[in-house]
Amino acid sequence: MSTALPTPSDGGTPVVPPVVDPVVDPLVHSPTPPSGSPADPPESATATVVLGEAEIARALTRIAHEILERNKGGQDVVLLGIPTRGVPLAHRLAARIADVEPGLDAEQLVGSLDVTMYRDDLHQQPTRTIGATHVPGDLEDKVVVLVDDVLFSGRTIRAALDAISDLGRPRAVQLAALVDRGHRELPIRADFVGKNLPTSLSERVRVLLSERDGRDAVLIEGPAHESPAPTQGGAA
Amino acid sequence: MRHLLSAGDLTRDEAVLILDTAGQMAATQAREIKKLPTLRGRTVVNLFFEDSTRTRISFETAAKRLSADVINFSAKGSSVSKGESLKDTALTLQAMGADAVVIRHQASGAPHTLATSGWTHGAVVNAGDGTHQHPTQALLDAYTLRRHLVGAGGTQDATGRDLDGLHVTIVGDVLHSRVARSNVQLLHTLGARVTLVAPPTLVPVGVEAWPCDVSYRLDDVIADGKPDAVMMLRVQRERMSSAGGGFFPSPLEYTRGYGLDARRLDALPEHAVVLHPGPMNRGLEISADAADSPRAVIVEQVANGVAVRMAVLYLLLAGGQPTPAAGQPLSNRSAE
Repeated sequence: MSTALPTPSDGGTPVVPPVVDPVVDPLVHSPTPPSGSPADPPESATATVVLGEAEIARALTRIAHEILERNKGGQDVVLLGIPTRGVPLAHRLAARIADVEPGLDAEQLVGSLDVTMYRDDLHQQPTRTIGATHVPGDLEDKVVVLVDDVLFSGRTIRAALDAISDLGRPRAVQLAALVDRGHRELPIRADFVGKNLPTSLSERVRVLLSERDGRDAVLIEGPAHESPAPTQGGAA
Repeated sequence: MRHLLSAGDLTRDEAVLILDTAGQMAATQAREIKKLPTLRGRTVVNLFFEDSTRTRISFETAAKRLSADVINFSAKGSSVSKGESLKDTALTLQAMGADAVVIRHQASGAPHTLATSGWTHGAVVNAGDGTHQHPTQALLDAYTLRRHLVGAGGTQDATGRDLDGLHVTIVGDVLHSRVARSNVQLLHTLGARVTLVAPPTLVPVGVEAWPCDVSYRLDDVIADGKPDAVMMLRVQRERMSSAGGGFFPSPLEYTRGYGLDARRLDALPEHAVVLHPGPMNRGLEISADAADSPRAVIVEQVANGVAVRMAVLYLLLAGGQPTPAAGQPLSNRSAE
């Protein structure tokens, strides 16, 4: 697995100096435990807030407009959030799209896509709780936009592509991520990114959303030896 | 959870997790492509020492829908009929790389022996042992009850909820029934109240210790208890006649006292559902009217059985193997 850091494409300044630390569990990255799993570990003292509520709102508004621009409107678009935190993000994007695009119903734009049963790392981790898959209508000839909170190794998205192919054959699949933290292990890239966040493998990126966590924030937590032992190898 | 041997082993949270997972599995079974890649490369052995076509097919379907490889081993016509012991059979399966063994055995406790002896590394799922346990049947019954009765009468999503407050009546041959035993334990764990109804001859010794009520009169229970669900048990005709053991005078008399017919069906509350683990003896424990009424969810139980067994196989097999360092004693593996 490569430990090279990606180059930030949006020119965003890294908040934490990117330190290359080759050791560390590559699965620990972001707090997206499936519902029903043990609670997230408490925030560590070394956590740095990278995005606040206003920045997250701004990034989502921009992504919503980019989705509309890229697809020349929202007629054929379906937003599929990947549980857990991709789902509220997809709902927020759908609400913004419905606001600017007349005649669209936000509820009809959005669904959720659980990828647990398609993952290739099930053997390596404790059993995951399966989330809900709900697709509004038919995917045939639609443009599916996958929505996730953190894009990391790309394995979640690979699983999502498999899951979609079992549901139908969309015209195109695009990917929106609130944070792209690099360290891809598969040839996958996002079409819409809220923030490129160069990180070390030893850091954790945590996304908090008010629907689930009570507040909106993106945090980077320091190297693993300073933070509490992670309890959850999240999805990327 | 490493094995599923008894419905009594499950905590409320584990049982609800299995039912929730089964709900998601059932959702995938409504799709055009029903097969999931989840257990690709894993091997499930159906080890059936006793004939049971529907349970075996249900487990086989569940394993195949999760892309596991399935080996069916039937004791009839195998080396078991030549005198091979359970241990040697298990060691053979272990050598072939079985990740899970689904076992049906006429001896109560055989799955427990298999799970604790160290003869196999795989997960053991009890698919019915003697008159002891049939946990996946109890789980599919609980799943069916939850789907119809919990969450505003089944109209809302019941995910995460148990069967608190429901009254379930189980009628028939409780003495020989592993389904009744498993159901009493699981329904009690999930918060439901259970009443067993059977002729006195078909009530097992020691039933007072079970977490349920016992009655000998079905009509009284229907009138007074207002059960939300009635579960009819199969009566084995050959076992019941005076020649086979004489548990009651005649099939007709059993039907009068304990059969579910149109009259008793009408006396049930409006929302009540009728369950039966199958195969049914129409005209003995259940009349054709009752079996075919819209309140009978007997065919749906079969479909739910596949979803529940998929959930059990997923929860037992999909996760990483726990290491002793993780705090889980693996005494059942150390004997190897």
